[in-house]
Amino acid sequence: MDSRKAVYMDHAATTYTKKEVLEEMLPFFTESFGNPSSIHKFGRDARKYVDTARERVAKALGANPEEIYFTAGGTEADNWAVKGAAYANRSKGNHIITTKIEHHALIHACEYLEKEGFQVTYLPVDEYGLVSIEDVKNAITDKTILISIMYANNEIGTIQPISEIGKLAREKGICFHTDAVQAVGSVKIDVKEQNIDMLSLSAHKFYGPKGIGALFVKKGVKLINFVHGGAQERGRRAGTENTPGIIGLGKAIELATDNLEEQSKRIMDLRDKLIKGVMDKIPYTRLNGHPVKRLPGNANFSFQYIEGEALLLNLDMKGIAGSSGSACTSGSLDPSHVLLAIGLPHEIAHGSLRLSLGTVNTEEDIDYVLEVLPEIVEKLRQMSPLYEKIKGGNTNV
Amino acid sequence: MYSEKVMDHFSNPKNVGEIADASGVGEVGNAKCGDIMKIYLKIEDNIIKDVKFKTFGCGAAIATSSIATEMIKGKSVEEALELTNKAVVDALDGLPPAKIHCSVLAEEAVKAAIEDYMKKQGKEVESTEFIGVEPNEEECCSKCERKCH
Ligand SMILES: Cc1ncc(COP(=O)(O)O)c(C=O)c1O
Ligand code: FES
Repeated sequence: MDSRKAVYMDHAATTYTKKEVLEEMLPFFTESFGNPSSIHKFGRDARKYVDTARERVAKALGANPEEIYFTAGGTEADNWAVKGAAYANRSKGNHIITTKIEHHALIHACEYLEKEGFQVTYLPVDEYGLVSIEDVKNAITDKTILISIMYANNEIGTIQPISEIGKLAREKGICFHTDAVQAVGSVKIDVKEQNIDMLSLSAHKFYGPKGIGALFVKKGVKLINFVHGGAQERGRRAGTENTPGIIGLGKAIELATDNLEEQSKRIMDLRDKLIKGVMDKIPYTRLNGHPVKRLPGNANFSFQYIEGEALLLNLDMKGIAGSSGSACTSGSLDPSHVLLAIGLPHEIAHGSLRLSLGTVNTEEDIDYVLEVLPEIVEKLRQMSPLYEKIKGGNTNV
Repeated sequence: MYSEKVMDHFSNPKNVGEIADASGVGEVGNAKCGDIMKIYLKIEDNIIKDVKFKTFGCGAAIATSSIATEMIKGKSVEEALELTNKAVVDALDGLPPAKIHCSVLAEEAVKAAIEDYMKKQGKEVESTEFIGVEPNEEECCSKCERKCH
């Protein structure tokens, strides 16, 4: 085990919590522990900061503070948006449009709704992971009540034409939700300009704490309650507020969006260096996702003839943390639905590696990965019965 | 997730490679599932003198191939046929439930290689039926032909 190096390249899975964020959160565990619903000073103090956090989230999205509802993370926001809108509009129709590459939070919520009598269209994507506007248009029927299409994909990083979809949905008068869990803090978002009706986000993807997120719900959008109980969040999402979490989310989103372009540019340059290096050095490799319409930190490769889990274990032994869409890592035995949706055959999907960069990564990290990764891939290929070396060939697939 | 033994065999696998003039070769699994195991045997006087493997698969698949080849090296053909997936799992100090099927492959790969050897020798093929412990529901791979109980 090489313990000298620790290179974290799994920011799409989660990020650490920034020190500034943690510092703002800490008092709300101890001295400012009040319940924001209480009338006394303890409660009023907490309330004040919850309101500030709400304003910060609103500002980051171009929304109004009254349109922000805190949830226990991205999964809850997705579930609430989809189920809440489906049931609220049941009298109008029963058809939902989404894609084949959504996060499981969304896909499994839709599958549940199918059992409840709703009809769901799962749109295909092209080889880069892009949804076609024409397909969205053609899928709309007079029964369509919701379009839910993710802003950016968590595995391959592809960014969808959200503004165009928003415009189309608005013209047709259909509610449009986007899962922006991977996009917030990485790309510029404006819910008004982009005609977004609902948007999910999660703090632990942009250097905030885990277990806290938010759903933006445009004023006037019909949504039934998902969590029933007290009158918190203006009666729409019950439960005593996770005050420290909310405050952390507010600080994190402010930090992430304040110098977004500068940060994104730096990370994008590192990523492009990584992609170029890997494609140049390792034959029989495919870059998954779109060459330019992709998240700044996302790199996703398929290495032919080898399996992803074996690759991850080897990288881990060298101190590099990544992830894979291989079935063997998930325990589900099926390779990632996203990689299958972009048309990869099973055996190539098994050999995938996602390296997602973030603020902690440096030029040296990239050099280190470019030194270690080719050796590991070659070692595993030498072990693989599928690998027939073609002399001098550097044929990228 | 994996025992030290598994990680040991995974990071330093024994007997990786091919045997050019193998007495028997067995290949099991398929790429679609995400694992293929290929075992090469060199048999002289009914004794497994040498054994090599090539595996496309996860950490557990590589570790089970490595230990299985160690366990049959120097053994007679009959003894090698007695190798069960359970013995492989035990020798590795256990495998996570989802990885039991990798041990099944290891037993089957050894048996397939011996079957190939016996056919080439024109010998009566002894029983090369799987004799290990079938994966239970939790351990089952939905993609394989193997039926789980
Ligand atoms: C695109 C996407 N949606 C939803 C989620 C779920 O968010 P959370 O982990 O906060 O529940 C994630 C993260 O895992 C994600 O990447
Ligand atoms: S090869 Fe996939 S679980 Fe072993």
